[in-house]
Amino acid sequence: MSGKRVVTLTINGDQTEVLCEPRQTLLEVLRNNLDFTGTKEGCSNGNCGACTVLMDGRPVVSCLVLAVEAEGAELRTIEGVACGSHLDEVQSAFLEGAALQCGICTPGFIVQTEALLAENPNPSEDDIRFYLAGNLCRCTGYDKIVRAVQAAAEKRQVARSV
Amino acid sequence: MATADKPKYKVIGTRPVRHDGADKVTGRAKYGADIKLTGMLYGATLRSPHAHAKIKSIDTSKAEALAGVRAVVTSADLPEQGDRIVELGEGAANMRHLTANVLARGKVLYKGHAIAAVAADNIHIAEEAIKLIKVEYELLPPVLDVRKAMSAESPVLNDDIRTESVGSAPASKDSKPTNIAKHFLFEKGDIAAGFAKADVIVEREFDTSMVHQGYIEPHNATVFWNTDGKITVWLSTQGSFSVRQQTAELLKVAISNVKVVPTEIGGGFGGKISVYLPPVAAMLSKKSGRPVKLVMSRTSVFEATGPTPGSHMKVKLGATKDGKLVAGEAWIAFEAGAYTGSPIGPACMCVFACYDLPNGRVEGFDVCVNKPRTNAYRAPGSTHVAFATETLINEICEKIDIDPADFRIKNAAKEGVRRVDGPVYARVGMVETVEAIKNSEHYKAPLEGKHRGRGIASGFWFNCGLKSAASATVNPDGTVSLLEGSTDIGGSRTGIAMQLAEALGITAEEVTPTVGDTDSVGYCDVTGGSRVTFATGIAAIEAAKDIQRQLIARAAMIWDVDASKVSYSDGGLHGPAGKHLSFKEIAAKLHGTGGAVIGRGTSSEATQGGAFGTHCVDVEVDVDLGKVQILRYTAAQDCGTAIHPSYVEGQIQGGAVQGIGWALNEEYWYDEKGEMRNATYLDYRIPTCYDVPMIDTIIVEVPDPQHPYGVRGVGEVPICPPPAAIANAIYDAVGVRMHDLPMSPPKLLAEILKKES
Amino acid sequence: MHAFDYQAPTTVAEAIQLLAKHNGTARPLAGGTDLIDQMRVGRFAPEVVIDVKKLKELNVLSVDADGLHVGAAVPCYRIYSDETVNSQYTALADSCHIIGGIQIQSRASIGGNLCNSGPAADSTPSMIALGGVCVITGPDGTREVPVESFCTGPGKNVLKPGELLVEVRFPTRPANSGSHYRRMIPRNEMDIAVVGVGASVVLDASGQKFASARIALGAVAPTPLFAQAASALLAGQPVNDETLDKAATAAREIASPITDMRGTREYRIHVTGVLVKRVLQAAVARARGEDIGYCRGH
Repeated sequence: MSGKRVVTLTINGDQTEVLCEPRQTLLEVLRNNLDFTGTKEGCSNGNCGACTVLMDGRPVVSCLVLAVEAEGAELRTIEGVACGSHLDEVQSAFLEGAALQCGICTPGFIVQTEALLAENPNPSEDDIRFYLAGNLCRCTGYDKIVRAVQAAAEKRQVARSV
Repeated sequence: MATADKPKYKVIGTRPVRHDGADKVTGRAKYGADIKLTGMLYGATLRSPHAHAKIKSIDTSKAEALAGVRAVVTSADLPEQGDRIVELGEGAANMRHLTANVLARGKVLYKGHAIAAVAADNIHIAEEAIKLIKVEYELLPPVLDVRKAMSAESPVLNDDIRTESVGSAPASKDSKPTNIAKHFLFEKGDIAAGFAKADVIVEREFDTSMVHQGYIEPHNATVFWNTDGKITVWLSTQGSFSVRQQTAELLKVAISNVKVVPTEIGGGFGGKISVYLPPVAAMLSKKSGRPVKLVMSRTSVFEATGPTPGSHMKVKLGATKDGKLVAGEAWIAFEAGAYTGSPIGPACMCVFACYDLPNGRVEGFDVCVNKPRTNAYRAPGSTHVAFATETLINEICEKIDIDPADFRIKNAAKEGVRRVDGPVYARVGMVETVEAIKNSEHYKAPLEGKHRGRGIASGFWFNCGLKSAASATVNPDGTVSLLEGSTDIGGSRTGIAMQLAEALGITAEEVTPTVGDTDSVGYCDVTGGSRVTFATGIAAIEAAKDIQRQLIARAAMIWDVDASKVSYSDGGLHGPAGKHLSFKEIAAKLHGTGGAVIGRGTSSEATQGGAFGTHCVDVEVDVDLGKVQILRYTAAQDCGTAIHPSYVEGQIQGGAVQGIGWALNEEYWYDEKGEMRNATYLDYRIPTCYDVPMIDTIIVEVPDPQHPYGVRGVGEVPICPPPAAIANAIYDAVGVRMHDLPMSPPKLLAEILKKES
Repeated sequence: MHAFDYQAPTTVAEAIQLLAKHNGTARPLAGGTDLIDQMRVGRFAPEVVIDVKKLKELNVLSVDADGLHVGAAVPCYRIYSDETVNSQYTALADSCHIIGGIQIQSRASIGGNLCNSGPAADSTPSMIALGGVCVITGPDGTREVPVESFCTGPGKNVLKPGELLVEVRFPTRPANSGSHYRRMIPRNEMDIAVVGVGASVVLDASGQKFASARIALGAVAPTPLFAQAASALLAGQPVNDETLDKAATAAREIASPITDMRGTREYRIHVTGVLVKRVLQAAVARARGEDIGYCRGH
């Protein structure tokens, strides 16, 4: 009974079927079975946020989700943030604001920022820092990340009001 | 804040989007763990549950018998090294120790020490197989305290270690094995006479805990040992050539049989230079005939890579009442971990490096303990000693009632000053960084509120040159493809490309930089020592000059004039009678004039002048909980010339926040058995973004005369001042002096309560 | 991770049957934020993992005449997004807002927090303070256990094989009441509580005296504690420093913490008193309808 099973889920708008074992985490299946390697593994116990994906609209750490739990779920990963060849506001803000150095935490931060801005389009600095506290970055000291999130929020507000 | 006449640059000093940016914000960038090869196996490593034990036997038969297991290796599969010392680019290594660290030989010296590894069809089978390996241990008492390890009664970890004397330390007379691997001694002037002149002398003892670089990406390696004997290693590393050599030496194969393909790297800070996984994955690949991927768990990263040492220090400083330092003495013992190699040398050289100290004596010890073999971490050794020296400086300032910024300016190291360990400074910017802080809005602003305090501290790092190489090919559309060998941890390929662009008079976007593998680019030393923007930058500038020379020859041919009549400037060629070809125009003519133009450049002689930083921090202490909040932070640093100011600021901000983590919460917390009890990101507490404010930066530019554009390395200095600056701010806030890192809530509260009673 | 079977029943009866059938070798999975990590590191190796998120009883979040019902699998974010919880059961909202990061809160549940039975669980002191009652269903029917009696040791609780925590029920909040939870952690987020304190107070009509109070402590004993004596002594006392100090002292007396990587025994005992006082002050302010200016995590 602990054998493999087929899990059907939607990733970045595309329905996908994947054969996996119950013991495989969503992170492992995304990376190893489905080659969505933009989602990163930093700690495997939910403390670094590098593996953040949106599951039915909510940010989750995919290292603490079993792939079988994702049956029927809608996932959005870093690969699904850009619209075709156009970066979205958060990605552009990270680039223009030099909000990354090594870049390993960047996908998690960007996905988490998408969740933040969906929930709170006009966050204060404190809101941003609290919402992103589950994502660790060891390179930047966070300064430019927080500023990039502020810039992305502003850009999106302007875009909306036009 | 230019402090010298700044030449006008077109590209340098601008902020282009980094060349690898799009891949990194879309998830396309390939890091080590993202590598997937046809037929690839997944590996797992058996690690010691004990801190100190003899291995009596290893039985791998059950693991080998498990379905899906393709190979099992132990140290018996790695060649014997004997007593070999090999120069590995950034220092020499004892190969016997290096191989024993990769897979334990006869003895385990720390919890997490690798013993055996398995390759299997998937990671779960590999992990199950690991549990089937039987190891018989004979437990030995763990040696965990650096001072106890130095005593004659201590159990000795390595029977092949005798004390090596460095500097003016006397040769060791003891022929018995010892935990003291190295003894440093540096002296300058007359220490007794110096202290005799002092009106005030302070002497304190300091302790710091072992800390980790904490890069978010765990170590990884994917290796394929082909049937023709060629070994390919894909991994994230700070130095692909160093990995190539270490792997070749550990496997005893020709260096040309190893090709290292560096992937993108998720942070290093000094911790991704030593080799742990490649030789193991290589042997698993050789045995299985398949590519093998090994990725460490976060816990293994903490327990079994190379954190930076804990320390015990005794430092003494003397000054006259009018504020002149007259003498300093330091005694520093570093935990080397299982094998020799802590950054005690740099620590001894850095301890008084910020100051013009007429009389000094520095003694240091590299001491083996049952903890992971330590390694470099951002200005290795300098943060420890800055914590000691910079808090003593403030204590002196208080005693003689002088502003700590003024005292630092008055005693600052400057051009012509000789450091205690010998070298004499070229033009450096210590004074300028302190002045920048003194004149900052932050330092001048009043600080109000209960239990709030302000502190400043300075820090130093040498910055090194070492060897770099680059090549650059001119494309027919007037762009340049730049190939260089410095693995890029924080945007360096763009900083290097900008220097090439500046030299050729083209834009940063017209250069496409690539980090090459060891078969496609010339030898480059590690990305470390704050050297890449400096030295690989020089190599790129040299490559640009080489391109200029070749283009001049082509233009001379096209114009049918002597090459001496052609010059290159402002992004184009100038010949007699107003003849002109832009870079773009000549690029389009290359195919018809002799084919490809490939510029080559190297850097091997250039050395850096050293860099200084001064930080100012405001804190608030919750006196009932002993908890410190960082309210405001400003860091000033001499960056020579800032190539890409955003990434210069980023280095300063990142280093400062690492220093804040070290100051307040980060530590290896060992139990009495030698088990690190906080080997997760939950309990090894690196700062989150909710723990820190914005980090203001002041870029001070005192160009380094040893670089064509005046570059000084930036990466390392900013981690040095924070612990001392915060300790000084805590004193200002609540009147207690902290001498023990981290200044965690229980320790700070205990000091506050002690003072109150 | 070891190999296991995964089941996702859709009725409580089915879930209980499965739990009973695998007597002791099955573990329920709600948010998974503890269980999946525990399986990864080998602390637990259940043969069957029973996903309880598809059970509607465990997803209830509603108010009726009995008070507030919080299904055992309701994730934290739903709890702190709920208007009733935010206005009346604020200690619970406080707890749910600081369990892990936002990502963890998308999945972690108070049922999971309670059944994991960690001494430092952030939601348990709040549940005790708010008078929470565990509704447990098993092969022998349904029983109720006050939250303070649920945990029996680190990682241990009163659940018998086959039993499932269905919901936690909280009594209707009286007038002039307020509650709060805060913890001491070395960082401002993402840490396990070094000490956690939850308190609920009811004031008299004047708002100057305690009518009653419930104080609960986390991370200072093998289980979260209901600080009975400290709570009882507040009844009828004026709200002032002296009263709060007495409660703090009484709370310190029942603390029996250990020294570990998160804090020393002495530190934890000291901090227990500090936090009891601060939490009571905040709960009083809330009971009076004041804004406590609480900064999450600090």
